[in-house]
Amino acid sequence: MDIQLTDEQRQVRELCRQFADSELRPNARRWDLDHQFPADAVKKLAEMGLMGVAIPAELGGAGMDNVSYAVAMEEISRGCAGTGVIMSVNNSLYCDPIHKFGTEEQKRDFLVPFARGERLGAFALTEPTSGSDAAEMRTVAVKKGNEYVLNGTKNFITNGPQADVVLVFAVTDRSKGHKGTSAFLVPGSVKGFTRSKADEKVGIRASGSCTLFFEDVVLPERFRLGGEGEGFKVAMQTLDGGRIGIAAQALGIAQAAYEEAVAYAKERKAFGQPITQFQAIQFMLADMATEIEAARLLVWRAAWMKDKGIRHSAESAMAKLYASEMCERVTSKAIQVHGGYGYVKEYDVERHWRDSRITEIYEGTSEIQRLVIAANVLKG
Amino acid sequence: MDFDGTEVQQAVAAAARKFAVERAEPAAAEADRKARFPEELIRELGQLGLLAVNVPAVHGGSEAGAVAYALAVMEVARADCALAVTMAVTNMVGETIARFGTGEQKARCLPRLASGEWLAGSFGLSEPQAGSDPNSMSTRADLRGDRWVLNGTKQWITSGDRAGVVVVWARTDVGAGNRGITAFLVEGGTPGLVVGRHEEKMGIRSSSTVSLTFEDCEVPASAVLGELGHGLRVALSALDGGRIGIASQATGTIRAALDASSRYAQERHAFGKPISGFQAIAFALADMRTAHDAARLMTLRAAALKEAGKPFGQEAAMAKLLASEAAQAAASKAVQINGGYGYIDEFPVERLFRDARVQTIYEGTSEIQRLVIARHVLSRDG
Repeated sequence: MDIQLTDEQRQVRELCRQFADSELRPNARRWDLDHQFPADAVKKLAEMGLMGVAIPAELGGAGMDNVSYAVAMEEISRGCAGTGVIMSVNNSLYCDPIHKFGTEEQKRDFLVPFARGERLGAFALTEPTSGSDAAEMRTVAVKKGNEYVLNGTKNFITNGPQADVVLVFAVTDRSKGHKGTSAFLVPGSVKGFTRSKADEKVGIRASGSCTLFFEDVVLPERFRLGGEGEGFKVAMQTLDGGRIGIAAQALGIAQAAYEEAVAYAKERKAFGQPITQFQAIQFMLADMATEIEAARLLVWRAAWMKDKGIRHSAESAMAKLYASEMCERVTSKAIQVHGGYGYVKEYDVERHWRDSRITEIYEGTSEIQRLVIAANVLKG
Repeated sequence: MDFDGTEVQQAVAAAARKFAVERAEPAAAEADRKARFPEELIRELGQLGLLAVNVPAVHGGSEAGAVAYALAVMEVARADCALAVTMAVTNMVGETIARFGTGEQKARCLPRLASGEWLAGSFGLSEPQAGSDPNSMSTRADLRGDRWVLNGTKQWITSGDRAGVVVVWARTDVGAGNRGITAFLVEGGTPGLVVGRHEEKMGIRSSSTVSLTFEDCEVPASAVLGELGHGLRVALSALDGGRIGIASQATGTIRAALDASSRYAQERHAFGKPISGFQAIAFALADMRTAHDAARLMTLRAAALKEAGKPFGQEAAMAKLLASEAAQAAASKAVQINGGYGYIDEFPVERLFRDARVQTIYEGTSEIQRLVIARHVLSRDG
């Protein structure tokens, strides 16, 4: 047993940490305030190979393993959680399924430029009245000859405002339930595809999300990802990986808040001594550090299993559940340590707390993670 | 990176699992009720090599490493927490002697501890008025000629009445504070070593807990373990490893709580379906499983660092804190899921609830773990 990063994984961490410190942390507060997409930073992520971390080099990616991906996600999110989710969606929810389920032609057209970060992808499963329950999906794709006609609405789509191509899930045969959905690659330029203005969000405000509308969008059969009826399978396997990305994002947010809490506590004095001398503060920091470490190990284990090709649905769900709920606790404690300064935008911890909240919701709420884990427990 | 474990680690875990299921679990409830020390099972642990998992083979140990040891304690604790703590303390004493002992001390003690010929080893640090703060200990050892004479009382000594050897800490230089404490090996039956009262405990009842009084208890100069005046170093090293043992025990406790709860939840029906079909129950099972995996990973990571010869004090404290707090929560939740059956001794969960309670206390309370962790992080981060 060896629960440590390899030298290569450590280098990835170091590189990403330096980038986050120099390019992300100084700007994250402004991007958050202005709801601004960090276009330049995303470009630099692409140059570093971080938009397709675990995609093979010959397909435009960095050819690294999923543990490296998780480590990179943590570090980028430590610098800016909004930038983290932009990267996570492109890596986990867009490139990964095309790599896994795409044809050679699809990989060439829809994967390579995205893994290189020249173009940006998005993933559209959620609908206004259907989130974690795909059986409620209203978007339909009707086959006519060699084409499909897509109609429906998807919302809360991260990278939606910027995406060049969106992976869209639609019902192709309602009588077959879960086995009646299919996945489609929908370029932003096709006729009948329109987008709403960007959502006003509580946190991760550097990333954009919006509603996507599909009105009689005509798609050639070769834009279907995976077989007809395989949409649910594509979505679920993708989310197993996506949850590792979000868990790593939560980890990075928590780590940032924790580091700032330690630094503040060392400077701030009360009753004649630094507040680090009081057990109330020490113990909060000890609990924060402990829970962050536990989350980190759960994340690494899930990523390691993905690298080994071992089924990891329950382990990804545990990593995501624990890391996201840990993140809310840790960021809240970081505010507490900062006192009034934790409540104002002059410091970053209020942003971390706002950013943390989404990690318990997207890519499957905590409740959905518990359903996945409980099913695994009860199966034996 | 490798989360699977080596063949040796897997084999030790499998052997411990087999023993736990076939031998420990069927006897656990009765042993708890009668607070009966499980002599026979301890000898079997010795035969399986589980009393000295991380002790060199040349001294009779299994030499399987710290990770294998943690895995073994987890499996035994899953069946019987009390047996697991008895086993853990003997392992800790063996490791401590293996690390600090002279050739003669090792040759005398280790094969006897490893085989179960000596039913147990004990660790005599706590006193009635000195627990987590060893600097306030009052047991003393005075040199008379070439022999040390020990006087004082040690409290909460696991297996103290059964131990073939007790590691005892005493002041050898009263004016020297921290640096005046020395560790001694005192064999069971040494004149002047008086076993005091047996504690009636709420949990881990089949483990034995006694006070030990030293009344002009004489030992030879060769009984000093490690260097004179460096006893605290011996103690702190042992406690770092000991925390991995208790973290492992707690991880096994969470697993047992999950086992009992998921079994009951699938058998018990309410409103026309098994209660596992209700989210209030299913989600509690999911949280237990997540807590178990987090505790297990933290524990194994600390053990792996120890095995690699790297610093692991902070990681062991984190593992112990997280696992013991989670075990207590899981055991309480298991009582809740089992309803009335969780409150009577016909079912195992009330025992788990009692057994879990001590885990946030011994080998350093949760408060001590937090102090240790805070000291580490404040000296490093930020």
